[in-house]
Amino acid sequence: MKREKKQLLRIVVAFALFAVAMILYKLTPLRSIAEVGEGWNVGDYRFYLYALPFIASYVIAGYDVIRKAVRNLLSGRLLDENFLMVVATFGAIALLDLPEACGVMIFYQVGELFQRYAVGKSRRSIAALMDIRPDIARVLRSGEEVVVSPEEVEIGETLLLRAGERVPVDAVLLSEEGTFDTSSLTGESLPRTSVSGEEVLSGSINLGGEVRLSASQKYENSTVRKILDLVENATAKKAKSENFITRFARYYTPIVVIAALLIALIPPIFTSEWGEWIKRALTFLVVSCPCALVISVPLSFFGGIGGASKKGILVKGGSALERLAEADGFLFDKTGTITEGRFSVVEVYPSERAEEILAAAYIAEGASNHPIARCVSRYAPRVDREGYEVREIAGRGVVARKGEEMILVGNARLLKEEKVTFEERESAGSVLYVVRNGVYLGSVTVADTPKSNAREVIASLKGEGCRTIMLTGDREFAAAAVAAEVGVDEYVSELLPQDKAAWVERYMKERGGKGSVCFIGDGINDAPVLATADVGVSMGGVGSDAAIEASDVVLMKDDLSSIIEGRRIARKTTRIVRENIVVALGVKVLVLLLTALGVTSAFAMWLAVFADVGVAMLAILNAMRTLR
Amino acid sequence: MKKVYEMTDLCCASCAAEIEGDVRKIEGIALCNVNFIMQKMTLEIAEGADEAKVIKALCKAVRRVEPDCDLVEVKG
Repeated sequence: MKREKKQLLRIVVAFALFAVAMILYKLTPLRSIAEVGEGWNVGDYRFYLYALPFIASYVIAGYDVIRKAVRNLLSGRLLDENFLMVVATFGAIALLDLPEACGVMIFYQVGELFQRYAVGKSRRSIAALMDIRPDIARVLRSGEEVVVSPEEVEIGETLLLRAGERVPVDAVLLSEEGTFDTSSLTGESLPRTSVSGEEVLSGSINLGGEVRLSASQKYENSTVRKILDLVENATAKKAKSENFITRFARYYTPIVVIAALLIALIPPIFTSEWGEWIKRALTFLVVSCPCALVISVPLSFFGGIGGASKKGILVKGGSALERLAEADGFLFDKTGTITEGRFSVVEVYPSERAEEILAAAYIAEGASNHPIARCVSRYAPRVDREGYEVREIAGRGVVARKGEEMILVGNARLLKEEKVTFEERESAGSVLYVVRNGVYLGSVTVADTPKSNAREVIASLKGEGCRTIMLTGDREFAAAAVAAEVGVDEYVSELLPQDKAAWVERYMKERGGKGSVCFIGDGINDAPVLATADVGVSMGGVGSDAAIEASDVVLMKDDLSSIIEGRRIARKTTRIVRENIVVALGVKVLVLLLTALGVTSAFAMWLAVFADVGVAMLAILNAMRTLR
Repeated sequence: MKKVYEMTDLCCASCAAEIEGDVRKIEGIALCNVNFIMQKMTLEIAEGADEAKVIKALCKAVRRVEPDCDLVEVKG
């Protein structure tokens, strides 16, 4: 950075001057006329030989500090670090301790430079984590490849994507096959292979050779833009700890100033060592500067948010991260969150005749768009359905006829009405009974099954003392079966979508103040609940805009274990923030006490600057741990 | 009207927060969000406000906190 180089040069020049001044002062007869505390010997030309190199060095090192201090003073912004430094060093100058005034200023600037470097580096590494913005788009226009910005791509245009390039807008793959790295979108580290006709999300990186895609969205509606908007505006909601710092400064600064005044004025009444006590008071002011806190707390939150987004967990701001860390009540939506959200055939009974049963079911259900029917079709062998006349019987099932042949597929009620003898099956899912020409063949059970790691995730949350509750609109019977299978503490069934938010609100009121309540849903129809809960988590990528708007956390990967990962990152971040607050304040208080007691008087101001800058550096380094 | 600015040489998070607070107080600014990590400011200028005047006040507010900080408008 240009600015950092300039700063460094200034410090080097100031330090060289400082060295010259020190040599003149220590090794020449100047010393005799310029002892500290001698007073301003303005009549003697040798005094200027002593003072001028120091003053020049001081001005070169600290002119911007003085400028900022004056400007802030004029705009009514008292007591920032610049002002404190100026007061402290001017005090030393007034006491004619020029080496100290000058040395401390240089030391302070070195510290500032380090600090700025560290902050800049941390900031850039967090920004790099979030950098998923595609820079260019190659489109085929009238047969020629043109490079444009992603914003200029129109829907339906053909995109060319070389190896290593980012997909600029959401698109459909035209080439036969392509391999994409979606890790910056979903946190999923395995590359994803897509075939022709499949949707490819913008922001993924092409790992294979050149592929062609057809743009299916404008840039502003593409996934990558939605994620960027979310992440870039994430800092809007400040965390409680961040607000704590602001509130804290409001009381802290006046207290410190009053304490400094007391140190400067009270003890000298008894000892009449005015110079010494004023110096202690000035040192006290330098130590008191709260920059370590002011810098490290927001940085820790940024780091946490950045680290989470790398894992495909998008957190909207420090406040959401903090509430996620506190969460001890986890409410899960059932369909699509705990379960796969689509039906699968879980049983064909009797299994020896599975082929025949499924084939018959397919003939009757093959044309239907009902989710259960579609599921059966997925599992069934492709038999010829030509010539069958299919009729639906509402609430019961389907009848298919072709000449003499008649196939009945439906629930128990249908079979009872048709007076077919059959064996009733007990199941949490939906059971379809299949009858051909009046003869009962068997049954197909279709259910929405829990995700493979649902049980594990719930157990892990319970192991950490969290309460887990499943909310669903399903019937009691089906809800109980899933609840038992995944092991949630509690479940609530037959809850209409519009009643869920009210239920969550009541639940939050009943459980009282401590901790927070986290609701996890798939973002379909549950925007009100996402908004109601302390932490609304929507799962499975950037779905509807309403869900993104309402939720505090968006899990890009359709994987329940992300919630555990997210909670871990959130807890780690808040722990680091607390560590920083405690360590920074602890060191300050310690140095303040030592200074006030005069234990450190020989090198007090140096120590003061170190306590300020050194602790800030430590806090920044600690804050960067949130990234890992 | 929405505007996005890149902020060069914005060196500390607390300055960013301070700028954000100050800019929000400017008349004619409906919304302001400063993102220190991205070094970016997102603004919403209120309907019917004098744009030139608002932007002048904005630059002044930014300069006051961070004299070396420049605002570069990002299009699109």
